[in-house]
Amino acid sequence: MNYLSDVGALTRKDLLLELRARDTLPAMLLFVASVFVVFHFSLPSGSSRAAASGLLWVAIVFTALLALGRAFVPEREQRTLDALVLAPCDRSAIWLAKSLATLAFLAAAEVVALPLFALFFHGLRWSTVAGVALADVGICTVGTFVGATAVVTRARELLLPLLFLPLAIPLIIGGVGASVVGDPARYLGFLALYDLLFALLCWAAFEYVVVE
Amino acid sequence: MISARGVGRRFGDKRVLRGVDLELPDGGFAVVTGPNGAGKTTLLRIVAGLALPSEGELHVGVTRERIGFLAHEPLVYRELTALENLELYGRLYHVPERRERIGMLLERFGLWDARHERVSTYSRGMTQRLALCRSLLHDPALLIMDEPYTALDGQGAELLDEQLRELRGQRTFLVSTHDPERIRRMATVELSL
Repeated sequence: MNYLSDVGALTRKDLLLELRARDTLPAMLLFVASVFVVFHFSLPSGSSRAAASGLLWVAIVFTALLALGRAFVPEREQRTLDALVLAPCDRSAIWLAKSLATLAFLAAAEVVALPLFALFFHGLRWSTVAGVALADVGICTVGTFVGATAVVTRARELLLPLLFLPLAIPLIIGGVGASVVGDPARYLGFLALYDLLFALLCWAAFEYVVVE
Repeated sequence: MISARGVGRRFGDKRVLRGVDLELPDGGFAVVTGPNGAGKTTLLRIVAGLALPSEGELHVGVTRERIGFLAHEPLVYRELTALENLELYGRLYHVPERRERIGMLLERFGLWDARHERVSTYSRGMTQRLALCRSLLHDPALLIMDEPYTALDGQGAELLDEQLRELRGQRTFLVSTHDPERIRRMATVELSL
């Protein structure tokens, strides 16, 4: 119960910080909407569903990257990660709370992005929405872990995409597969397995990332 | 409480802390002095558990929930209010009767009237007072303080002196300072790096 209460307190803090600073979500919304508008006018008419689906996943991954790049900014700028690491809570609670907050921002951006995508391109299948939901979990768990690793380095803006994008490739393959094939169950199962495996790895390894 | 034998730290080829020996019993008050770059902050971070020593042996006789750490930076969120910051840390430390304890500390350090204001609107001195509240919130057995008088005005420094005098002997202190005269009379151990 203490673990969940710690995660709740830390998640609430991250949501409150975003509510006050409005640094992340507006940038995500603007980016994802701009991508769809630009591609709506630049893609040749009659482009395939597969091409549009690829575009959706590019937009999601790079929108998530915006959130992940800012996830540990308050902790870096105000050095508060030291205080969180010193607190007697399980250190994985810091990672889980940050992942949940990032997931909330990404989901909020997608509430706008998915209807826009449906409007501008080929509509939306239930399997695409399910794929996006499962991929979001993987993006946020892995991305937050990588973000915590990158934030203590000087080349963090370079390091985050460099570490995160290769790890996100399986999510893109699974997501695009779930969006375009007739029977998406295999791809959705793959995404769920990725989420489970990487969430466990990040949960277990986070402690070693935050202590010098 | 703290037993260090030859504790040192390297960052790559650069040695930032050389073999430190320290014996600090329960209730002791250690003052760490030294010029800039001598490794005071590194030593305090190692004892707090925020960094690992590259060499030597260190034993700290308390778990991390009993450590209070006052760093160079105040370690509070600027976009949260004083009350929200202390509520957050109070929850993470599972402080019993949290609200009463927070109220008492805010009153004591003269921040009660500003408790609903964001820390970003505070002066540096007020932020340092809040940092003191944060480090004392969970009634720690070991207090590690890195330059605690930084940015405090006369009244703030008096409040800190009063707090240190009150807790001296009941808690263990490891304090780094550039101004050892101010707290030398409270010290039981002096460590020069």
